[in-house]
Formats: sequence, C-alpha cells, structure tokens
Amino acid sequence: MNLCCFRRTKTNRDRGSFFIFTPIKMVKGRQGERIRLYVRGTVLGYKRSKVNQYPNTSLVQIEGVNTKEEVAWYAGKKLAYIYKAKVKKDGSHYRCIWGKVTRPHGNSGIVRAKFKSNLPPKSMVIFKDI
Amino acid sequence: MAPTKERAPRVSRNPDLIRGIGKFSKSQMYHKKGIWAIKAKNGGVFPRHDPKPKPETAAEKPPKFYPADDVKKPLRNKHKPKQTKLRASITPGTVLILLAGRFKGKRVVFLKQLPSGLLLVTGPFKINGVPLRRVNQAYVIGTSTKVDISGVNVDNLDDKYFSKEAPKKKSKGEGEFFESDKEEKKALPQQKKDDQKTVDAALIKAIESVPDLKTYLGARFSLKAGVKPHELVF
Repeated sequence: MNLCCFRRTKTNRDRGSFFIFTPIKMVKGRQGERIRLYVRGTVLGYKRSKVNQYPNTSLVQIEGVNTKEEVAWYAGKKLAYIYKAKVKKDGSHYRCIWGKVTRPHGNSGIVRAKFKSNLPPKSMVIFKDI
Repeated sequence: MAPTKERAPRVSRNPDLIRGIGKFSKSQMYHKKGIWAIKAKNGGVFPRHDPKPKPETAAEKPPKFYPADDVKKPLRNKHKPKQTKLRASITPGTVLILLAGRFKGKRVVFLKQLPSGLLLVTGPFKINGVPLRRVNQAYVIGTSTKVDISGVNVDNLDDKYFSKEAPKKKSKGEGEFFESDKEEKKALPQQKKDDQKTVDAALIKAIESVPDLKTYLGARFSLKAGVKPHELVF
C-alpha cells in the first residue's frame, strides 16, 4: 500500500488564514508566482459527544467539500496545521503539525483527522459575539 | 553433471487429492516407483553409494582470542527492495505535474522509470527550466497529456548518473578551511549539459509539433479560488 501522500493539503487557523508555501530552504529573493498546491481547511474542534470530547481526533472542514461522497477523494491525504512562533526553529518562525484525513464525519463533507500530536485548542474556529 | 540437468522436469507419480494428501498410499507408491525391481537388481538391498572421501582440511587451531562477552550478531538482511510499481496513468511520454520541491507546480515530461523506482523526468530545460531529474512517483500527478518520446534515447541514464560524488577526505589545516568555501560550488560537468541537450532536442521537436503544448509545459499548475481538486480531471 502506497503510504506516501498523493498530494498534500493544509489546514489553517480561521483567524489570520495565512497561506504558506512550504518553508523549504529556498533561494532567497526568489520572485515567483504564488503556486498553491494545497487545499485550505478549517479546524472545527475535536471529535466529541455533547459533554465529552476526544482530542486525539479533530474535525476539519475542507474548502469546497460538501458531501460525504466527495470526501472519498481526500481520504488518507496528508494535512498540515501551520502556525507561527516567536522562537526560530530550524531557521523558521513557522511550525507545523502533520496529520492525515482518516474518514468522513457525517453527511456534509466534514472530515475526521488524526495528527501526529493533538491539535492545540487555539487552532479551532472561534465564534465571536456580534 | 551435465546429463542430469538435461532431464525433463520431474513429475510426481502421486497426484494430490488435496494439498498435502496424495492419492496413493506408501505401499502403493513403493510398487509404483519400482523399488522392488531396483532391490531385486541389487540383491535384495537398495543400492547405496559410499560418500566420496572428503579432501583433507588442515587441522584447525583453537583461536587465540575469545571475546569477553558472548554478543549476538544480528541476522543478515539480504532483502533487496523491488522497484516501485508504476501507476497505470504514468507511461513514458506522459506530462506530469510536480507537487513538491524546487519545481513544484511545473509540468514536466516523464522519460522512464529508473531501477531505484524513481522517475526520470525532464522539463525540457529550455521550456521550463527543469533539468534531467529524478522524482518520486508519490509527489507527482500524471496527466492524460502524452508527448511522443520515440526519438529520445535515455538508455545511458541511470541512478549512478545522479548520485552525489563522495566528498574527498581533507586533512585539517587552517589554510584549507578557507579553500573549502570556494570548492563548494561545483560547476555542472559539461557532459551533463550535453546529455540534457541531446535528450531535449528530440523532445522539443515532438513538443512543437503539437499546438499549445510548449506554452502548456512552460506554465505552472496552481489551484485557484473555487477550484476543487476532487472534481478536477487530470
């Protein structure tokens, strides 16, 4: 079974939604077109029942996916949650938590995902009172 | 031993009813194989050859050195990985989209699969700046666009062609620390540039014969707003 990802998709925090092209050590000063080969998504929360939540599995809304059948294409694809930090690690302010789409969640295209380490609560969408 | 090798392959006289259970019993097989006849020929005893005398080996001296602890040696692993199976959509001449690395998004022509399993790919260099390069199948999308690759000869290109040169061992010395900075940038050997040109020459002809293919290969692939990958047909 081919374990490598066919294509990578990325989840972003809803706030800020920064689009990050992979922080590989690239030639500096490279002027290029912005190539996006990933799909954006939003972290909705952890898998949960009314009163309990299970942080080992997160729920992710992938842009443009609205039905359970469409999720089949994304099953097994890799996810990256990218966030910034003040301290530079490996030469970059950006850090990443890798994960995978595991299965659909419900009928409306939401997806369950497991990450290498559980996603932090600040990754989730925050509803502000109007 | 030549005559024995020329025999027809042995067929068992005892067909399997089910795997592990033969049709004939031990005594029935004794009769079928004709062991009774062989014994009769040999005076009632099954013929037996004495083992050939082994050549004399020199007497082994007990070793001078015994290691202090009995340490287990790990078993040898002779496993050689097979070449990765090539996806059905990727055939020589297919246009591929690279998904990761320096050339991500570039559309590139697939030449052949190397023995290591990696895909040999070229821009062509003049069209989109991608040289002869190895690429992993997992980081690639195969499109349905094919280029005629019959005029291209890639037989001399192998995994060894792409391997890094082993770094020379330098003796430590202060003067050499300064020199090492200069040596880092190695110019591409002329032979590699020539190989690129020969491979690309035939390819570019084939590409220019197809309308718009050249601009297609020169352009990069990117997802845009509202584009859903699961609905795209490559």
